[in-house]
Amino acid sequence: MHTFAYARPATLAEAVALLEAHGPAARLLAGGTDLVIRLRDGTARPAVVIDVKQIAELRPAIHEDGGRLVISAGTVMTDVASDERVRRSFPALAEAAAVVGSVQIRNRATLAGNVCNASPAADTAPSLLVYDAAVVAEGPDGTRRIPVDDFFVRSGVTTLARGEIVTAIELPLPARKMGAVHMRRTRRRGHDLASVTLCCGVDEVEVTRLAYGSVGPRPVLMIDESGVLADPAATDEAKAPIFERMFADASPSPRSMRASPEYRLAMLRVLGARALRTAIDRLAQG
Amino acid sequence: MSEMIQTVLIELTVNGRRRALDVAVNHTLLDVLRDDLELTGTKECCLVGECGACTVSLDGRIVDSCLVLAVEADRAQVTTVEGLAVDGHVSPLQQAFLDKGAVQCGFCIPGQLVAAHALLAENPHPTVPEIQEGLAGNLCRCGCYQQITEAVLATAEEAAR
Repeated sequence: MHTFAYARPATLAEAVALLEAHGPAARLLAGGTDLVIRLRDGTARPAVVIDVKQIAELRPAIHEDGGRLVISAGTVMTDVASDERVRRSFPALAEAAAVVGSVQIRNRATLAGNVCNASPAADTAPSLLVYDAAVVAEGPDGTRRIPVDDFFVRSGVTTLARGEIVTAIELPLPARKMGAVHMRRTRRRGHDLASVTLCCGVDEVEVTRLAYGSVGPRPVLMIDESGVLADPAATDEAKAPIFERMFADASPSPRSMRASPEYRLAMLRVLGARALRTAIDRLAQG
Repeated sequence: MSEMIQTVLIELTVNGRRRALDVAVNHTLLDVLRDDLELTGTKECCLVGECGACTVSLDGRIVDSCLVLAVEADRAQVTTVEGLAVDGHVSPLQQAFLDKGAVQCGFCIPGQLVAAHALLAENPHPTVPEIQEGLAGNLCRCGCYQQITEAVLATAEEAAR
């Protein structure tokens, strides 16, 4: 591993100052399950590594605040997956967090890190899109709330500005009843990156939100307000053209070793239909 | 302002013993356990967090020590496979691994044991799918998954008696 300077700021202000001073030469270290791999293989060569785990505001915590569930940036997947409020109000996020990597990875990897890494295959991204989550960022100019749909650009690239650090992920507590589910396709059972990762949510006014990843440069959110997808009585023939529109933005890379574009597109349709049925069932069950 | 440094003095407790040592900031917990503390039970293998051979317990939770910088373990409690023995004897889980033939080449076993210990501590009576999920981050090239699962089940049953 190449050498770098290691900083362990105790306050958010210190971290922001370091980020502002070093710009792209600095990398933030939270769980390290992505960054340490890249430090070792040389694909990341920061001059400064800023460990954020001693920053008080980022300490692992999940709490409710003004109609939102706030998951601090230091919160690891294990705790997201097991938290009662997450499981009750955002079950598809709990399901997604529970399948990231292995126990070892989930004990270390943070939800915020998964979002900031901006991998197209990030398993938590589709559910965060379906639940209309926002990324809270602190920077030299104060605090910004960025809807996740406006956060992802492409792999490793987000709309964070220089000097900004993510402090939390916020999810608005649903005003309407929703049934939602996360599903994924992997090469092997257990520990693997997704070939397709997908979340579908159907609410009581028949709006269907479908988000998918690992089939293009960034995770995609599509919304159907026609009510046709959400209608349990609608035929497959009626749903097909809407599904096709929703999947139109999928453009899997032909260079990936995990799965061919043809396979991913086929599985996207299978998982999409399956997730829709489960979401409708869950909504009906309340 | 926090200082920018190439080595950091860290204090940690490894298998119940307090240690203080200077670590390079670009060395992992795995490097320090094996090379500085000479605890070579923990194995280096894939170095990308997929195989689990380097699994240790860090503040009560298992992690891949190849993905943790040594400085991140400052003030932490670490348990490695060397810390599983009870009064100088193998633990019941270790004995079950031997009895069930779960140990073939043995390379993955330290990681399997640390992960299985953590699994049983959290869930004393796991089902087979729970064992498979709990150990999904530990690969065995000899393919002893069946025997490893049997060893964990046998340990849980024995403890329940």
